[in-house]
Amino acid sequence: MLPTDTRSPGYFHKVVDCQYACPAHTPVPHYIRLIAQGRYADAYMINWVSNVFPGVLGRVCDRPCEPACRRGRIEEQPVAICRLKRVAADYKTDISARLPQGPFPKNGKRIALVGAGPASLTVARDLAPLGYDLTLIDEGRAGGGMMRTQIPKFRLPDEVLDEECGYIEGLGIATRYGARVNSLKSLLAENYDAVFIGTGAPRGRDLEIPGRQEAAANIHLGIDWLSSVSFGHITAIGKRVIVLGGGNTAMDCCRSARRLGGEDVKVVVRSGFKEMKASPWEKEDAMHEDIPILNFLVPKSFTHETGKLTGVVFEKVRAEYDEKGRRALVHAGEPDIHMPADDVLIAVGQENAFPWIERDIGIDFDKWGMPVVDQDTLRTTHERVFIGGDAAFGPKNIIWAVANGHQAAISLDLFCQGQNLKTNRPGPHAALTSQKMGLHEWSYDNEISNSLRVTVPHAEKSASLTNIKTEVELGFGPDLAISEAARCLNCDVQTVFSDALCIECDGCTDICPVDCITFTDNGEEPDLRTRLNAPAHNLSQSLFVSGGLKTGRVMVKDEDVCLHCGLCAERCPTGAWDMQQFMYQSAKAGV
Amino acid sequence: MTFLPKPKLHHPDLAENALGYTRRDYEGAISTLCAGCGHDSISAAIVRACFELDLPPHRIAKLSGIGCSSKTPTYFLGNSHGFNSVHGRMPSVLTGANLANRDLVYLGVSGDGDSASIGLGQFAHAMRRGVNMTYIVMNNGVYGLTKGQFSATSDKGAKSKSGAINRDEAIDLVGLALQLGASFVARSFSGDKAQLVPLIKAALSHQGPAFIDCISPCITFNNHQGSTKSFDYVRAHNESINFLDLIPAREEITVAFEPGTVETVRQHDGSLLKLRKLDDTDYNPRDRLAAMSFLAKHRDAGEIVTGLLYIDPEETDLHDQLGTTATPLNSLTEAELCPGAAVLAKLNAALR
Repeated sequence: MLPTDTRSPGYFHKVVDCQYACPAHTPVPHYIRLIAQGRYADAYMINWVSNVFPGVLGRVCDRPCEPACRRGRIEEQPVAICRLKRVAADYKTDISARLPQGPFPKNGKRIALVGAGPASLTVARDLAPLGYDLTLIDEGRAGGGMMRTQIPKFRLPDEVLDEECGYIEGLGIATRYGARVNSLKSLLAENYDAVFIGTGAPRGRDLEIPGRQEAAANIHLGIDWLSSVSFGHITAIGKRVIVLGGGNTAMDCCRSARRLGGEDVKVVVRSGFKEMKASPWEKEDAMHEDIPILNFLVPKSFTHETGKLTGVVFEKVRAEYDEKGRRALVHAGEPDIHMPADDVLIAVGQENAFPWIERDIGIDFDKWGMPVVDQDTLRTTHERVFIGGDAAFGPKNIIWAVANGHQAAISLDLFCQGQNLKTNRPGPHAALTSQKMGLHEWSYDNEISNSLRVTVPHAEKSASLTNIKTEVELGFGPDLAISEAARCLNCDVQTVFSDALCIECDGCTDICPVDCITFTDNGEEPDLRTRLNAPAHNLSQSLFVSGGLKTGRVMVKDEDVCLHCGLCAERCPTGAWDMQQFMYQSAKAGV
Repeated sequence: MTFLPKPKLHHPDLAENALGYTRRDYEGAISTLCAGCGHDSISAAIVRACFELDLPPHRIAKLSGIGCSSKTPTYFLGNSHGFNSVHGRMPSVLTGANLANRDLVYLGVSGDGDSASIGLGQFAHAMRRGVNMTYIVMNNGVYGLTKGQFSATSDKGAKSKSGAINRDEAIDLVGLALQLGASFVARSFSGDKAQLVPLIKAALSHQGPAFIDCISPCITFNNHQGSTKSFDYVRAHNESINFLDLIPAREEITVAFEPGTVETVRQHDGSLLKLRKLDDTDYNPRDRLAAMSFLAKHRDAGEIVTGLLYIDPEETDLHDQLGTTATPLNSLTEAELCPGAAVLAKLNAALR
């Protein structure tokens, strides 16, 4: 193999698993260290720069970082990254003085942002300090989009959302709340330099089975129902509730129903438990609230008497896999089941809807009715129209919407400044800084904690089930936060190797607790992987290969399970190993 | 030195041996020797050898004297018996322990100061008596703990870190061991674990005095230009004569060796040593006299001969020569220790 080029930002970026997995590339280990030091406001600002909504995401993020966490490959559980982020938001001091301070000198360009969800708010946050004249339009009475309408208050209190939307609105953005855009053509006619669409996936998918029309009064579409609950239009539900669907919306529906009078609430899912789309922790929380999850049941019809819903008939199925591993649900050969119910909530998926976009203004749509969009620039086929978040790619999650927002902001800025959206696109910022403080002292805590993942304290179930606004998770306090933060392996502090300094004394190989360093003859990667001191099966993780050493061998390090404990550098007599912090910041508009 | 304990977390696919232990279970406390010390590599080789031999840690006794080398038993085999004896006196303490309990595996660890200066007499007599042990000298050619003065194994003409030239002849411990009757003699280099680990395994399986002189560069005081025990010098002058594989007694031997390239030696415990010759000379590791002259010749040529230099698998050990009881003393009962007046009378009669 050729020597690894550690100066290329891409190499060490991949080693920081959590940051790499985060769509917004938040420098996770860096802010976790700040939390451990009690520097909550500093940790918050690191987050705010990258993901814009630390308080919101610290509660309801989909956490792509946690399955990626290296700790999960070495012991059982990853670091509770999401809940640590919440600690930064909960315990920070007033950070308003650290935000960009307006008024900003105007640059004369006007941009309309349609929909005030996480994607549009991110665009607004990135572009306002650059002097853009921004108008945020949303049919709701306040900003936040689905974060406000679809996420129940017991998971995300209004104060948290109000605070973080307020930081952005405070940057001098014109808001048109309560106003609905009915025609993109007429919006474009208002002479905006560009338009960004961040309207999410606002339409709940329906279930057209017998009885749907007749029993309509007690059958509700999940996201519409959640939004009515959120605004206080709905305050009660029947005692027996069936929730259809296995995603996170279904989990929010069933838990909300429990709080509005539902005593016998069930979730019924077509697929098996493991294949459900809901995050494991959301399923756990639902089951903790005495909500059974019933699998492999396909709804066949709604039963009703005198126009009132009486229940749902389900067909029992089982999963069969063909030779290509594709799943088919086949009849299980058992009689159908009737479950009585007073209300049914349908949460079987969401769709995008663009009835307000004229099809003749130059925006192409594909055969599924989704706008054609450039994955990198987020521009539609119309020169002035950009789109991001769920509106562009279908239902995903908040952190993807934020990541799209950053990219759209870069594109909008380049476009308004007359630059090429692809060739002039800024690259990431990356820097390596040695952490050496003394002979065996580093400016990070390199002692590896053996403690297991800390569970988050919850409010008393009796209290949280009686008030839909009582937040269930209480979050870590400072002590629990320190214990959990210590579990972080500091994967951003990199093992940097200088082959010219190495004398091949084996000090690093001998001390490495996870046997990831080998000195051996060079070869092609598949061959090298078989000749290392410990198995290197994880092909998604790189091998770090040095240049030729004095004996003609090379140093090969399998990055897979490296603890970043720095013992290789401590046992190195010549400083050939050094621990260097890798700071990676993805590009932002104007930065 | 490192102040932190070595993390307990380990590679998820870490191998286990026949006893269910991982290599990490054979480690000791974290080393406080200088970063890069050759001794740490030898410690790691001992850990690996004991792991691969499936030795139960509680059946090993590690004994040492004084010096950097003699600190190392703290850093390996943390679950074994240990004794840090007086300077140069490890061989006699070990001999006593061995006489009292012949069932343990004895590992003596010493240095060039401990064995070639203050303990030279002890070293000589342990070899001469044929104590069943593995005797490893971590040989760095300097007194590292007292800031790098020449030791008795420093080569004549070698330069110290301060620039002084050594005027004295070096003691060649391998030559002494051969002369005094060691039945397993080897030399190796801390920077070559591929050679060192099988040698330690073979020595631990050998039933008799097994001596390994292991050159171990002192990173702080003897790794400069002009040193004859630096990493660079040893690598440049290493004359490896054979490569050893140990096949433990319980494993069936299935490989057919090509005649002439590989020599096999069956040891007392049934294990088989497979010696792959690396040198084109027809070196015979069973010929003591030839070994001595071969070593002398290469030493004059400035070469450091490494590998298994001599082996006598038929040699008997101290217990055989003394006719001692086969039972460890701590397992003898009062009836065996005090057999009664009749036995005493018989013994007295025999002496009249």
